[in-house]
Amino acid sequence: MTPLAKLLEAALFAASRPLTLEALGTLEPESSPAAVSSALDELREHYDIDGHGVELIEQGGGWQILTRAEFAEAIERAQVAVRPQRLSAAALETLAIVAYRQPIGRAEVEEIRGVQVGSVLKSLHERGLIDVVGRSEGIGRPLLYGTTSQFLEQFALRHLEELPRADELAIALRGAGAMAIAPGTESGTPVTAINTAAPVDAVAAGVA
Amino acid sequence: MIAPQRNTHHRLLDNRLADVEQSSFVVELAHFTGPLDLLLSLIRDEQLDIYDIPIARIAEQFLSRISGLELDEAADYLEMAARLLRIKAQMLLPRGEGMETWEDPRAELVRRLLEYQQMREVVDVLERRGEERRHRFSRSWIPQAADTVMAVVPLSLTLSELLAAVDRVLRTSKEPTLHEVIPRSLDVMGAMTTIRSILALRRQARWSDLVGRDAEPWQVLSVLLALLELAKLGELRVAQAVPFASVEIRRDAVSEAA
Repeated sequence: MTPLAKLLEAALFAASRPLTLEALGTLEPESSPAAVSSALDELREHYDIDGHGVELIEQGGGWQILTRAEFAEAIERAQVAVRPQRLSAAALETLAIVAYRQPIGRAEVEEIRGVQVGSVLKSLHERGLIDVVGRSEGIGRPLLYGTTSQFLEQFALRHLEELPRADELAIALRGAGAMAIAPGTESGTPVTAINTAAPVDAVAAGVA
Repeated sequence: MIAPQRNTHHRLLDNRLADVEQSSFVVELAHFTGPLDLLLSLIRDEQLDIYDIPIARIAEQFLSRISGLELDEAADYLEMAARLLRIKAQMLLPRGEGMETWEDPRAELVRRLLEYQQMREVVDVLERRGEERRHRFSRSWIPQAADTVMAVVPLSLTLSELLAAVDRVLRTSKEPTLHEVIPRSLDVMGAMTTIRSILALRRQARWSDLVGRDAEPWQVLSVLLALLELAKLGELRVAQAVPFASVEIRRDAVSEAA
């Protein structure tokens, strides 16, 4: 392995969170972004070809060394590490809505889910999966939520666009070409809420 | 159109049961995540066309189901029940001749159901990816409270520093009597009075001002407990710029103002 690849390996091993390309670039100021990228490729191939127990994964806006899935059971059985807890169905529903509609306020989430979501939002916030990204202009200036890099990390997503677009989902709203929900366009940054006025007409047309 | 959702639902249901067992996150008492979930389940079970829901039948079933469920958040379900009954009533109204102008009272409900169903597909994606991710460990994966990443920085301290600190404390007191146990209770109240009178004269004081050079261990302890007690009462503040620096004792600004 090249010296740069070794250096990246050391840094990735030391870090407990994914490291961005920029962060990796600061390790060796002389190195170009292209050199960092090819060193990452080198490291990944090294792990893959030599058959290591770990692999290099791009997710959560950066790179991270993770154990291979095939060893999960043995590792957990020996209680070396504990798998993170699964989220409840209510939490996943809420998270899905926030991911696609961010920035979004509590009332809008409740409108879609049909239940109160205050405590679920609080739990998701405590877990670092969502964060307050601003305040709405509406009455009372309610808090707006968006997903975090921790969310991307926990769902092995490189960025938000990796989620299926609304028109890729099986139950797309037909007619009008309107997306009821659409993922954000830039990872990490909140995007403008998607207008959802159109689907009502679409449904009305479908019924008539 | 609705068929692919069927397995999903069972999978979600399994998860919910798992949640109940683990029960440290939000636990759903009911097997449904909300009235829309229940409604979709009824529509699926009856294999109904989502665009042409027989509202009277569904409303009746919905009501019978929620009376059977032990629901924590009954309000959300009751609101939906009321909505269904209103739509049912609207469907019964005479439509008149001009069919074009007739607006289906179910349209809004259908829109919400479709939107909800679409969201549930996203839940499937998240669930699948989350499950894959759960099989890979990173170094020191923190399952919970990952937002509180402020790691506790270990106290940097050498053995000689620690010994020097112990030495400083012990040097302020006389050689302790080792073989004789003197039953002497601490005089915290007395020490409090002393500290109060010192602070009445001066804005701030130091530890060495409160404890004389020849203080007995019981006196040192009394002053320490008195200091903590007064700090708890809000009469003073205890500060230390760096570890092992001399402790500064100040009158509390708030109590001073009062």
